Amino acid sequence: MTVTAKPGEVVASDLITVFIDGTEVQVPKGTLAIRAAEMIGVAIPRFCDHPLLDPVGACRQCLVEVPDMGNGRGMPKPQASCTLECAPGMKILTQETSATAAKAQKGMIEFLLINHPLDCPICDKGGECPLQNQAMSTGAGESRYEGVKRTFPKPINISAQILLDRERCVLCARCTRFSEQISGDPFITLVERGALQQVGYYEDHPYNSYFSGNVIQICPVGALTSVSYRFQSRPFDLVSTPTTCEHCAGGCQLRTDHRHFQVKRRLAGDAPEVNEEWNCDRGRFAFKSARGEDRLTRPLVRDNGVLRVASWPEAIDAAVAGLRAAGSKVGVLTGGRLTIEDAYGYSKFARHVLGTNNIDFRARPHSDEEAAFLANRVAGTVLDSDTLSYTALQGAKQVVLVAFEPEEEAAMVFLRLRKAVLRNGTKVVTVAPYASNGSVKLKAELVATVPGAEAEALAGIEADADTIVLVGERAAVIPGLLTAAAEFADRTGARLGWIPRRAGDRGAIEAGCLPNLLPGGRPAGEVLARVDVQAAWGVESLPGTTGLDADAQLAAARGGGLALVVGGVEPADFTSADDVRESLDEASFVISLEQRQSEVTERADVVFPIALIEERPGHFLNWEHRRGRVNTVIKQPNQPMTDLRVLAALADAMGRPLGVRTARQALAELDELGAWEGVKVPLNRGRAVLEPAEGELALATWRELIDGSRSNDGEPALQATAKPVLARTSPEVAELYGLTDAVTVGNAEGWLTLPLEIVPAMAPDTVWVPAHAPGTALSELGLVHGASVSVSVPGGEA
Amino acid sequence: MTDVLTPVLSANWADERAWKLTNYERRGGYRALRTALGQSPAEVMETVKESGLRGRGGAGFPTGMKWSFVPKDNPNPKYLVVNADESEPGTCKDMPLMLASPHTLVEGVIISAYAIGCSYAFIYCRGEVLHVVRRLQQAVREAYSAGYAGKNILGSGYDLEVVVHAGAGAYICGEETALLDSLEGRRGQPRLRPPFPAVAGLYASPTVVNNVESIASVPSIIDHGASWFSSMGTEKSKGMTIYSLSGHVKRPGQFEAPLGVTLRQLLELSGGIREGHELKFWTPGGSSTPILTPEHLDLPLDYESMAGAGTMLGTKALQCFDETTSVVRTTLRWIEFYKHESCGKCTPCREGNWWLVQILKKFEAGRAESGDIEKLLDIADDIGGRSFCALADGAVACLTSAIKYFRDEFEAGMHTPAWELFPYGRSALFEVADEREGAHA
Repeated sequence: MTVTAKPGEVVASDLITVFIDGTEVQVPKGTLAIRAAEMIGVAIPRFCDHPLLDPVGACRQCLVEVPDMGNGRGMPKPQASCTLECAPGMKILTQETSATAAKAQKGMIEFLLINHPLDCPICDKGGECPLQNQAMSTGAGESRYEGVKRTFPKPINISAQILLDRERCVLCARCTRFSEQISGDPFITLVERGALQQVGYYEDHPYNSYFSGNVIQICPVGALTSVSYRFQSRPFDLVSTPTTCEHCAGGCQLRTDHRHFQVKRRLAGDAPEVNEEWNCDRGRFAFKSARGEDRLTRPLVRDNGVLRVASWPEAIDAAVAGLRAAGSKVGVLTGGRLTIEDAYGYSKFARHVLGTNNIDFRARPHSDEEAAFLANRVAGTVLDSDTLSYTALQGAKQVVLVAFEPEEEAAMVFLRLRKAVLRNGTKVVTVAPYASNGSVKLKAELVATVPGAEAEALAGIEADADTIVLVGERAAVIPGLLTAAAEFADRTGARLGWIPRRAGDRGAIEAGCLPNLLPGGRPAGEVLARVDVQAAWGVESLPGTTGLDADAQLAAARGGGLALVVGGVEPADFTSADDVRESLDEASFVISLEQRQSEVTERADVVFPIALIEERPGHFLNWEHRRGRVNTVIKQPNQPMTDLRVLAALADAMGRPLGVRTARQALAELDELGAWEGVKVPLNRGRAVLEPAEGELALATWRELIDGSRSNDGEPALQATAKPVLARTSPEVAELYGLTDAVTVGNAEGWLTLPLEIVPAMAPDTVWVPAHAPGTALSELGLVHGASVSVSVPGGEA
Repeated sequence: MTDVLTPVLSANWADERAWKLTNYERRGGYRALRTALGQSPAEVMETVKESGLRGRGGAGFPTGMKWSFVPKDNPNPKYLVVNADESEPGTCKDMPLMLASPHTLVEGVIISAYAIGCSYAFIYCRGEVLHVVRRLQQAVREAYSAGYAGKNILGSGYDLEVVVHAGAGAYICGEETALLDSLEGRRGQPRLRPPFPAVAGLYASPTVVNNVESIASVPSIIDHGASWFSSMGTEKSKGMTIYSLSGHVKRPGQFEAPLGVTLRQLLELSGGIREGHELKFWTPGGSSTPILTPEHLDLPLDYESMAGAGTMLGTKALQCFDETTSVVRTTLRWIEFYKHESCGKCTPCREGNWWLVQILKKFEAGRAESGDIEKLLDIADDIGGRSFCALADGAVACLTSAIKYFRDEFEAGMHTPAWELFPYGRSALFEVADEREGAHA
């Protein structure tokens, strides 16, 4: 009999029958006894076992009796069910039916507790602790231990964020296995032996992993805690809400815990198809930005050049007056923090209320080519079995990364790729200036590429239908690259994925926050597309000409030629921060919708305070096009206003009601519209050629996960785990310029001096600098990936 | 001596500079290698199988059968690893063998590697015994120079690299998978099985791990034939082996005899228990094997008889204790050893031995309380058979057998310190050192 099944699907012939406590159960081959027991509702206590980590069998808590291995013979000793693979006909007796198993488990709990401090009343884990819970369910009420407990100085910092209380540790090796097997940062390991065995680290190389927070979550005791949350709350005083992370386009499901109207901590949710049970440290710890004194809580209007607090009606009147005065000379700039509903609100506000296609979500370096690419290849896709997804990545034969660093820009994509590499043998090829730490951990083959030459490098890679090409947001600044990637996919049959960096980006495209796209991926220039939207919105007409993109709007605002509605935008995120500041200074009128005081606030005429992510509902679309629900974590009598709600109020005051004011209404209207199935906007190849000037180098750069971004503010322990700020060049470049341990990089705007790392096999004539290190955003010099920069020995710049 | 002894492995130990190649060759050394190379590897393996040789490291698994488990179709290289990490309290057979006649082992390694079909062999030697490590290294160097190892051995076309590796001093590295981890440069902790070393051992390749004495027995089997070997010993425990007598005996040392000899016979050879004293208890194979008493003196020292008496043949380390010895104190010292040597990987061994030591110290000091014996036995029950590897099984074996035979001494530990019941000076051998002078000459 031939049975065919999709990968991962279980077919009947793969099932075997085992008996657990006398109950017959069918399980796939290779199932561990502990999981088979779970299937019939028997929870065997465990510490070291974790379904996403390799079995280790160290804690011995999950011992069961095996009177029959399936061949009529029993096992003489109790077996650890976390390492025992089910065999056909196997009989397994758990603590429910076997006195031997029950005694063994009770004994193990007693052993684990003899050297445990039993400090539950002052331990962060107390109340949600597997050791505590299983000591209650499985252990004896009183200890027979009268001896001396092993103690250690407590706690020790294994990183700036992670604290280790060694005497609480039960040595299950979950944290060390996670760091080795999942994130690939084995900076912690078990050292010493016997009862003195402990998790150790190397002081010169602390546990600075982007994924370090996960070890706290999977620690079955309170041995690992974070500086951020230690002694902040008792678990039973917290209220937990499932939600979606607002940082990157990964779409991680989170559990957000709050108390007293404050978010106390965030944990990775359980989402097998997305982030499995992991998340990154930024998603876990960076939630304090805008929760401080700089939070905007009341509307502000500019009066004689000075911002003052105003009432909502006054601020709305002032905004409406400014918009009326500007007429059609108006633009809308949105940023990555927006949910799809808010983005839809801005999109409809621009078209319907302001009558313009001048709207762009790309608060970063961008291009016309990119807008065409997004309209042609990204907009209007839906998540189905053919869509690129985390699952597809895990099953791919080859994955080509182009202008994309998954560990920095989409951390869960990195983890899933690493799983694919280790479990499935997926080959990763990276078109990049050098093999980053993340690439090394993916065992990636480096195609060392000078910024600007990515398209040629991509063309030389062998690919077929089992290949997935992933391009990142900085592809936008390489003329011709996005078009080349699309054509490469068409030619080879490879599948192409575009992974933006911000959580709101993917949804903004669907919502129509682009100068060439209406909601649902509808080309603004297509009459039929406009008719769709006009009918849905009940309006006579919509603007038909392609609007100004963000850079063009900012340029037009110079000299007062444009009024701007701005939400979720930081000047430093653009190509040139100074240009943005100048444009905002000179714009005829600026309305800012924001959570926290910013450089836009300083230049705005009217400022509306906006709800934080934990105070409102909505959805983010992740890079897969999967909807992640954002839930209201903190419920208050007067819920703060969302972007959508403020825009609806403005629209009402403008006399052209938006028709939607809640997230639910907005999403329903967008869903009703559906995706565009007609002719798409054609690709538009950029023609410029990037080449460094004579005697200069090409700049390679990208944003790191933990960098100078304002959303990391308020969490110094997280910021302290950032990678060291340094520049990189090849040995040849270093020799040519006489560089040793530091370098000065700059242009006519200015320069910065950084420590230098010399990287063998790095692309020639290239210098890499982090895009937004704390205090040194490259946008202050107007520098983007691929720019021409001068390089010199520090001290020689004068 | 007497007819009881069958010196084969130890035949040349008293020779002048027995460890030198020329002296080893003068005795017929490396003759077996030439014989083996004249046969096919399968024939050599068959001879070893036929001989009935069983692992001398303690478990007694048939050596030839172990070799045949190595898969033929595995594309990875195959490895032979010799476990020379002898560290069990009381066990002292491999060290004298390697010290006196390292070439016996080296020749065995080369023949065995040839039979298994591997081109790399490792001898993992306990690190503290520097003298032995140097002897081994010197012997391997000599074997290379003489063309017994390296490329194209004795013109046969067979290549073998032999590596001597010194461990870093951990008892657990005598456990074969921990040994492999250590050999690979990791911390020595036992590995999850399956996969077994025969399938995925060193560097995830098929690996045979054998005890020193097992491998050292191979040249004699090839030289004299399987039937010569199997004519010694009992029906299921064939051949000769090295028994190590230590403790309160007049002439402690290594006695090579066929399997199935009794301790009574061996004591006669060693002059008996020291003058004026009598045997109280003894271990058949090191501290990991449950202790026995004088009533077991006539039991054959072979795998089956020892299992029948509820103990194990182990490493045939016959530690003999006379009536001056405190069982409580002895047990405490042994458990302290296991506590110190527990690798820490699994809970029962790591925590259990830590706990046992504290309770046994109370017994030694006469401060144990009612119920403490039951507590000891209960803890031992939670350790034995529950741990990741056999280390902890060995630890509780001495404890439970001690209570089984000498419960009264543990009961005395509830009111009288062991040092009062058994003044420690009386069991020490130092006072009689002068009388024993020359005993080893």
